[in-house]
Amino acid sequence: MRLTVLQSALASLLAATAFGAGPAHAEKTKFEFWYGLSGDLGERVQDACKKFNDMQADYEIVCTSQNSYDTTLQNTIAAYRAKKQPAVTQIYDAGTLDMMLSGAFVPAKKLMADNGYTIDWTNYFSGIANYYATAGGELNSFPFNSSTAMFYYNVDAFQKAGIDFKPETWEEVEEAARKLKAAGFDCPLGFNFDTWQMMEQFSAIHNQPIATKGNGYQGLDAELIFNKTKFVDHVKFFKKMVDEKLFVVKTKQLGMDIVPAFASQTCQMIQTSIADHGTIGKTLPEGVKWEVAMLPVWKGTQRQNSLVGGASLWVMAGRPEGEYKGAAAFLNFLATPEMAQWWSTVTGYIPVTKTGFEAMKANGFYDKAPYKGRELAIASLTYTPTSQNTRGIRLGGFTQVRKEVSTALEAIFMQNADVQAELDQAADRSNAVLRRFEKTYAGQKLN
Amino acid sequence: MEKRAVFKSWWLPILFALPQILLILLFFYWPAIAVMKWAFTLEPPFGGVAEFVGLTNFDEVFADPFYWNSVAVSLIFALCGTCFTMLVGLVLAIAVDRRLPGSGLFRFLYILPYAIAGPAAGMAFRFILSPERGLMASVNAAFPDFWNPAKYGAHALILVIVIFAWKWTGYTFIFLLAGLQSVPRSLTEAAAMDGAGPIRRAIDIQVPLLAPTLFFLLVIMMTEGFVGSDTFGIVHSTTGGGPNHGTEVMVFRIVDEAFKGLNYSGASAQSIVLIGLIMVFTFIQFRFIEKRVHYK
Repeated sequence: MRLTVLQSALASLLAATAFGAGPAHAEKTKFEFWYGLSGDLGERVQDACKKFNDMQADYEIVCTSQNSYDTTLQNTIAAYRAKKQPAVTQIYDAGTLDMMLSGAFVPAKKLMADNGYTIDWTNYFSGIANYYATAGGELNSFPFNSSTAMFYYNVDAFQKAGIDFKPETWEEVEEAARKLKAAGFDCPLGFNFDTWQMMEQFSAIHNQPIATKGNGYQGLDAELIFNKTKFVDHVKFFKKMVDEKLFVVKTKQLGMDIVPAFASQTCQMIQTSIADHGTIGKTLPEGVKWEVAMLPVWKGTQRQNSLVGGASLWVMAGRPEGEYKGAAAFLNFLATPEMAQWWSTVTGYIPVTKTGFEAMKANGFYDKAPYKGRELAIASLTYTPTSQNTRGIRLGGFTQVRKEVSTALEAIFMQNADVQAELDQAADRSNAVLRRFEKTYAGQKLN
Repeated sequence: MEKRAVFKSWWLPILFALPQILLILLFFYWPAIAVMKWAFTLEPPFGGVAEFVGLTNFDEVFADPFYWNSVAVSLIFALCGTCFTMLVGLVLAIAVDRRLPGSGLFRFLYILPYAIAGPAAGMAFRFILSPERGLMASVNAAFPDFWNPAKYGAHALILVIVIFAWKWTGYTFIFLLAGLQSVPRSLTEAAAMDGAGPIRRAIDIQVPLLAPTLFFLLVIMMTEGFVGSDTFGIVHSTTGGGPNHGTEVMVFRIVDEAFKGLNYSGASAQSIVLIGLIMVFTFIQFRFIEKRVHYK
């Protein structure tokens, strides 16, 4: 008798719970988002997540920083192998091909179509979309935080040194460097061994290939040929400038990287991402005049569009169906013009869609002091329609390739190694990386 | 007569050993078997079909001049680190063993660095020995380019060895001090009465009696220098393997290849070679050096 009383009590309790959990109090579908940004930029991602969670009742996104781009890719791979992958993950430009061949993601277009969203994919700037799309133009991932490299210079120092032009060519940069040096500035131009500005962006705007087969877009059998292009002369030019103490190496290992070197007015010219525009503006003392320009080209060059940098958002395969609805809602939310503009304002990253950019231009965003100059990043990215050499870089193990090149640059500038010999060696070693990648993914075709 | 516990049932000892066995299987043998498998296949980063390639991964590793560079760097690192920690540890231990005033405090101070994590020590020394702002800045001002670990591989290697030695000297010190304190006082006192000075006493009596401890430390420190987690932590937080592969020790290269290069197979092959090397070293140490060690 007692048992039945207990049983009925339990049953009624269960019924009550079940009843209480009706549609009105439905559990939110939780899903995870991993990202690589940290510090100030990481906080802004958290803001975006909070905005999303606050404005709807069906889903809850849980956003976790993995501290850097490399570790995000590494952790995503480890999690995928353990079947604990997040629904959405942020992967940097260099990891794009690794993701594309992984078979571990849901293509952007399919996800949105399956969940009933219509997205105008032609609205993305082609230079941005091409980096993350198949050769046929289908987007695999969502462009999110996009940037490109820019040339920053200290206008006050230029005036003191009597320089009355904006450096648009490398010849002019050299002239400006000589005048700055003569006026007593120790570090006219600071640079580091990050290959993104010096090799990738340089090659794009000068329409030089980094690898054969359209920088890898036409097949996994591409070979690196940066050791046979104008890039070699460019490195030789930098070497000459370093020997004359006009260009100065600034790295973290040496005590100060290029962005702090520029922001502390140690160096008067640098090339770095537009994403640093906000940081530099905040760090330089009030009243110091500085400007950004598109990266210089060599005289007589037909300038081409520069490459997009930053990262895109990938939706991982193998999650429960419900999470994809949430992920699609989140990605749709990020793509709204209001959110695109908010993100671009608080970070310095560029708007990735044409409508987003037009809206910001129309409301005078780029006319205001702290944001002035950021529109040049879009101008640089969209300077020409993309060519084979400026569409993007589609090479496997590209992180390793970057490392080989930057090690070569380090040997050239720090240890006086021979330019051609070092770059040849870096190309050989990088090609070995590509061949191994090709073998690992034998039988798979780029789409 | 020897006393020993006898288990009446066969399952009880197994039950007691089971947690340990499971842990070893899970955290040692399982990964080790995965590494063995990966070393002979081409493992795609995200998983999937891995093709068997025989010894190709090993061929690639051995054909790479920078691999041999990392072997050389590792050897120099482990040898210098071992010599330094043991010599300095021995001198400190003999000093503290003499029971001068304050030796208790010094014993505590010497062991302290061992408690600091490798990366933290690395970060601290990056500032202390920075060519532009640290201790060496004034030397550099007088002799330009005298010290620059960001530029010269040799300087960078000295930097990481110094950090390693600073961290591990306390460890060898504690073992050597314990060893010294087990040397019978009567021996050293008798020698002192015969007129032997402190240095003679150390060389002829204390060090020979310390031989088992010194041998144990030699094996431990060589292994620690080669595969220890501190070795990776220190290199990772100070030089990042650079400049130009100058401080790229084998463990750093393996982690770099696996996670930066996403070359799991190549890294696995390197791990197996490294395990083999450690086994050879340990064998040599036991075969040739242990013969000179006299246990009491």
